[in-house]
Amino acid sequence: MTDTADRIDDSMLDHVVIRFAGDSGDGMQLTGDRFTSASALAGNDLATLPEFPAEIRAPQGTLAGVSAFQVHISDHDIHTPGDAPDVLVAMNPAALRSELSRLRSGGTVILNDDAFDERNLEKAGFEADPREDGSLDDYVVHRVNMTSLTLEATTDLDVKKRDAERSKNFFALGLISWMYSRPTQSTLDWITAKFGKLPAVEAANTLAFKAGHAFGETAEMFGSPFKVAAAPQEPGMYTNITGNTATAWGMVAAGQLAKLPVFLGTYPITPASDILHELSRHKNFGVRTFQAEDEIAGVGAALGAAFGGSLSYTTTSGPGVALKGETIGLAVSIELPLVVIDVQRGGPSTGLPTKTEASDLMMAMYGRHGEAPLPIVAASTPADCFHAAIEASRLALKYRTPVILLTDGYLANGSEPWLLPDVDSLPDISVEFATELNGTDATGDAVFLPYLRDEETLARPWAIPGTAGLEHRVGGLEKENVTGNVNYDPTNHALMTDLRQAKIEGIAADIPEVVVDGDGGADVLLVGWGSTRGSITSAAERLRADGVAVDVVHLTHLNPFPQNLREVLSNRKHVFVPELNKGQLVKLLRAEFLVDAKPINKVMGTPFTAAELVENVREGMKLSD
Amino acid sequence: MTDVQLDPTKRGYWTSDQDVRWCPGCGDYGILAAMQFLHTELEVKRENTAFVSGIGCAARFPYYMSTYGMHTIHGRAPAIATGLAMSRPDLDVWVVGGDGDMLSIGGNHLIHALRRNVNFTILLFNNQIYGLTKGQYSPTSEVGKVTKSTPMGSIDRPFNPISVALGAGATFVARTHDLDRKHMIEVFRRAHEHQGAALVEIYQNCNVFNDGAYNAILKRDNRSEMMVNLTHGEPILFGAENDRGVIIENGKALVVKIADVDESELVVHDEHVEDPALAFALGNLSNDNFTPTPFGVFRSVEAPEYGAGVTNQLLTANEESGPGDLGALLRSGATWTVE
Repeated sequence: MTDTADRIDDSMLDHVVIRFAGDSGDGMQLTGDRFTSASALAGNDLATLPEFPAEIRAPQGTLAGVSAFQVHISDHDIHTPGDAPDVLVAMNPAALRSELSRLRSGGTVILNDDAFDERNLEKAGFEADPREDGSLDDYVVHRVNMTSLTLEATTDLDVKKRDAERSKNFFALGLISWMYSRPTQSTLDWITAKFGKLPAVEAANTLAFKAGHAFGETAEMFGSPFKVAAAPQEPGMYTNITGNTATAWGMVAAGQLAKLPVFLGTYPITPASDILHELSRHKNFGVRTFQAEDEIAGVGAALGAAFGGSLSYTTTSGPGVALKGETIGLAVSIELPLVVIDVQRGGPSTGLPTKTEASDLMMAMYGRHGEAPLPIVAASTPADCFHAAIEASRLALKYRTPVILLTDGYLANGSEPWLLPDVDSLPDISVEFATELNGTDATGDAVFLPYLRDEETLARPWAIPGTAGLEHRVGGLEKENVTGNVNYDPTNHALMTDLRQAKIEGIAADIPEVVVDGDGGADVLLVGWGSTRGSITSAAERLRADGVAVDVVHLTHLNPFPQNLREVLSNRKHVFVPELNKGQLVKLLRAEFLVDAKPINKVMGTPFTAAELVENVREGMKLSD
Repeated sequence: MTDVQLDPTKRGYWTSDQDVRWCPGCGDYGILAAMQFLHTELEVKRENTAFVSGIGCAARFPYYMSTYGMHTIHGRAPAIATGLAMSRPDLDVWVVGGDGDMLSIGGNHLIHALRRNVNFTILLFNNQIYGLTKGQYSPTSEVGKVTKSTPMGSIDRPFNPISVALGAGATFVARTHDLDRKHMIEVFRRAHEHQGAALVEIYQNCNVFNDGAYNAILKRDNRSEMMVNLTHGEPILFGAENDRGVIIENGKALVVKIADVDESELVVHDEHVEDPALAFALGNLSNDNFTPTPFGVFRSVEAPEYGAGVTNQLLTANEESGPGDLGALLRSGATWTVE
């Protein structure tokens, strides 16, 4: 892969990166999403990066209100939304000012010329008109009167001027769809389905989209349209999916695979709320969703439902995990299955609610009082969230433990084409409830011993209310081994602490070993986790193309670590650990394996670009040479 | 196993094998006995009963019942029990906590459980003190209370638990006390029969840190003059000679000598009236431990129960969309096929 869109012939591109930017009220997320959908249907490989402000409607026309959507489409396998856009669509001066620096030199700028009036220029902080002062000289600039052309196209409709203007994003979409030869019917069908109940809006959006498309064809500004051929893909049925949708579907699937009712107790929080929204649409799967009064009640209700025999989840982001910590500790103590899904965002405190970061690993690992170990699973791509949710559920059920599943804002809102799995190939994750007495008391009577562990997994029996004869009490006070009765004996506490730890450590034998991407034995090893997978893979490809031998491992299981990780880390000249935080996995690796791993960090609310990683790896190699 | 443990009409059947560890003389013993005796009469199954508690002296309650039980974390019992009750509508769920657990750290969960009308019974053991942390004032302690944490007297204004529950829209609100097993059993039975969230405040004596707090009301000699018993459909009368009653003046309940008012002015108790104003006025008849205080059921009205609403939506979704089909779900977005 190269940085620029290489022409094969005049009109063929092997890939292109387009960035749509405008005011948060301009519908840029929707525009990008529709362009992505049409590209997916055209068979391209793709990756997306939505970026929007935390405010719902920041002051119009200001830099704070700029909302952007970047999409990378390609005729070959790609891993990231692209380092630098080839095309920037700027709906107003603020969008131009905020986004121009990202554009590659020589890239194309398409401006909504109508929006470049004095007032908007001033709001964006331009002292001079950037269209006239030479600041766009390095770019190919197309000035299009999108607002007035949209008004013209909709003039016959009985809609107010202000409402008609709002369709200008569909004009932009029509124009870009023409420029990159996107199929149009799916977008037109989508407009009908989405706005059918509001005929005036449906008509205005349809006319604006068609007008934009026709403008591209007739204006003679753009030459002939480009084409991006379909990427060779494995045969099968595909859909384009975001991480949050994949997570929700993974939860539904896990319920089916476990043959258990699904319960979600949660509280709305950015960027996790869409999981609740999606899951609440699937009540026909027997899924109960509960929007609680706060984060603590969300996880509490989930744990209560787990006691009753549900496959229980709570979904949140970092601030919510902080609030849920005490209840997660209770789940460690009473040893019931619970999946806590943390869609990470920039912190501390409210931080960057809509921007991505992966800085909750240490909280997931250690963020509870007492010795409270639990398994941690991390998803690596939007579609991988589906499988990661099933895996987290499998571990929770089998080992009767809370599990933390880490995703992040980039995975949550980003999307990729997903080869749909064969449902029959998904794992059976069902477990047995206890139904029989399992021991005898001091007088020889048969009794139920709620903390008599399975010899292999060390999991305790899960006896749910409604099971006659197995009535028992659980609680957060330390329990006597085997009987589960309240017990403050020091040696018993030490034993129970060890048993809880051993149960989690034992999971290492039940998870896949890490697979080394590369020839193996390279001097340079990159170790990643979470959403950095695409960036790290791209960076490794570039380094190899430049003659640097690089191996990559990407961790799905962060606690316990896979059994072969120690061996994979050993005998390397350089181990680099790129993370969207200030160095958390790298500390765990150094502590666990005494390996001289070096951090590569970024906390700017956006994913690594491949170029950044290449530069950091090269720099790191020089420093230690 | 002894015979009593096989016979649900015997108290022993409802008693766990764990030693009860409350202080000798604690009011909690009486409440536990009342609950166990009630269960000998309820004709419910041990395996279909669950007690959920938070943290505090009262919250040890589940360990002593032979049913399913969860002793959870401070304040969170109503939230945890909400998940259990709404996912398992077949169960009898009881929630137990003290005034600190329910009204201080757990106040938010309490009001939301009541607002939603989740189908469980909440027992609020009110001893007006923090017991397990050894004697700090609680959110129901009176102004001026001198404790370890308030050597110059508390300046916090207390909650009236009845008012809090009514303000949260509770559909069943009652009060009883730890010295009268028969009264407790009847109030618990009524609360158990109620469909939706039921809150029962229990005046409970902490004989170590707040001994005799309710003596002015509950000492045997004082009861006839200080306890106002509420009976649905009957005029509210009390006093050794039944010579006192309650009237409503400007929305406020007042104690009167019946000789001083026209009989038509005396309040006839109505648990079922939709508007909570009467219950609220009666709840505020007393806001201290030295004024005649109502006991019994303040309010009992019908309203949709939360878990049933949740289940109905599942059934509706099943009727409208058919049973869930995972393959169909995965194909429900825009799809394309690569040959």
